[in-house]
Amino acid sequence: MKGMSVIVKQISRLMYPSILVLGVYIILHGHLTPGGGFAGGVLIAGAFTLLVLAYGADEVTTARGKWRATLGESIGIFLFWFIAVLGIVQGGYFFLNMVNHGEPLQLFSAGIIPLCNIAIGIEVSAALFAIFITMSVLKLGDKV
Amino acid sequence: MVTALILLIVLMILGAIAALESKDLLSGIISLGIIGFALTVIFLILQAPDLAIVQIIVETMTLVILIAAVMKTTKADTVETFGKHSIFLGLVGLVFVFVFIWTAVKAFQQMPGFGSMPLRMASEYVNNGLALTGAGNLVAAVILDFRAYDTLGEATVLFTSVVGITAVLRKLGRNRV
Amino acid sequence: MIVFILAVLLFLVGLYGILVKRNIIKLAIGLIIMEYAVNLFFVLAGYREGGTAPILDGDLAPGTVFVDPLPQALVLTAIVIGLGTTALLVSFAVKIYEKYDTFDIRKIRKLHG
Repeated sequence: MKGMSVIVKQISRLMYPSILVLGVYIILHGHLTPGGGFAGGVLIAGAFTLLVLAYGADEVTTARGKWRATLGESIGIFLFWFIAVLGIVQGGYFFLNMVNHGEPLQLFSAGIIPLCNIAIGIEVSAALFAIFITMSVLKLGDKV
Repeated sequence: MVTALILLIVLMILGAIAALESKDLLSGIISLGIIGFALTVIFLILQAPDLAIVQIIVETMTLVILIAAVMKTTKADTVETFGKHSIFLGLVGLVFVFVFIWTAVKAFQQMPGFGSMPLRMASEYVNNGLALTGAGNLVAAVILDFRAYDTLGEATVLFTSVVGITAVLRKLGRNRV
Repeated sequence: MIVFILAVLLFLVGLYGILVKRNIIKLAIGLIIMEYAVNLFFVLAGYREGGTAPILDGDLAPGTVFVDPLPQALVLTAIVIGLGTTALLVSFAVKIYEKYDTFDIRKIRKLHG
């Protein structure tokens, strides 16, 4: 893949940081406004997908991106599980909301929910990007 | 509002028929986009902004994946053959459809109508959700506190599907003939 | 009640695609249609007349009616899982095309090496 025309490349280079920032905002404010880990993670994966579609990917970048995406996915699901087990360590049950709830309707509130949102966001964005980058290496012709 | 919903769902059904009956796979996939984006509008009408955000991006990525698969293989649909066998299958299918719709109508007559469900669990979540979890977004409170096991299971399914795709499409370690 | 029946009809259209079509991509399209129909039915069942989105805010009038957050939470995860399973199905389809040069499932039944 060589990528698309110059116009598409420039526009996607301008758009992609703002999409990324929107995704991070949606993840961090997931307990206050519509959204959360799933929505923000899907948005971030969409930003990376836009970049890959516009610029194309050769073998080296594909291998590196796949490695990073699978690593991020593993880290995300491990973080989520770790937060859940911390509840047992604290002397409660699985998924105990053990952090202080704080003042409601503020950014730093709601105990473990923002932390879980961050973990889910990492997991979903890395998983969807791994799916996309794995499917983009499809090349027909070398019959198996 | 119900009129708009009915029109949108009829549009979705028409898009589904177009997607299934088109002779070209690419135009079928693009007709699938009608269904997904109409579903986004329906989610907005039904007061579910979280779902609308997720649905519009997931629909786009589904179309990208399907179009990539079709462009790299073939766009031609397979030729359908008809015979005595297909007449029998069609009759069985019609009977099945009528039984299904009849059962559905009987079940819906027992349910309260659209918009007037009792929603006992919902009132529990709405009244006590903020005090118990501290989260203003009740959907986030449900998926990450009340029903977090469910979310862990779903994350595991996503992980498994990625592992499956990586295993199916890998290049390394395959037996070359 | 008519919206529920229309959602069931959409499900039946997807079922028709899965039962009748012989092309793997068409089967994937039918599966996606069925998934959308089920998601639509869940959210329709959770709607309440005159309800607002289940987002609590500081300045809400007392007596505000909310729609049910539970079906929305279930559907939210199901949509993302649907993308993963669809991608798995499509990758299987592409592998089958590489091996047999067709999407027709009648020709794939002959499992010659």
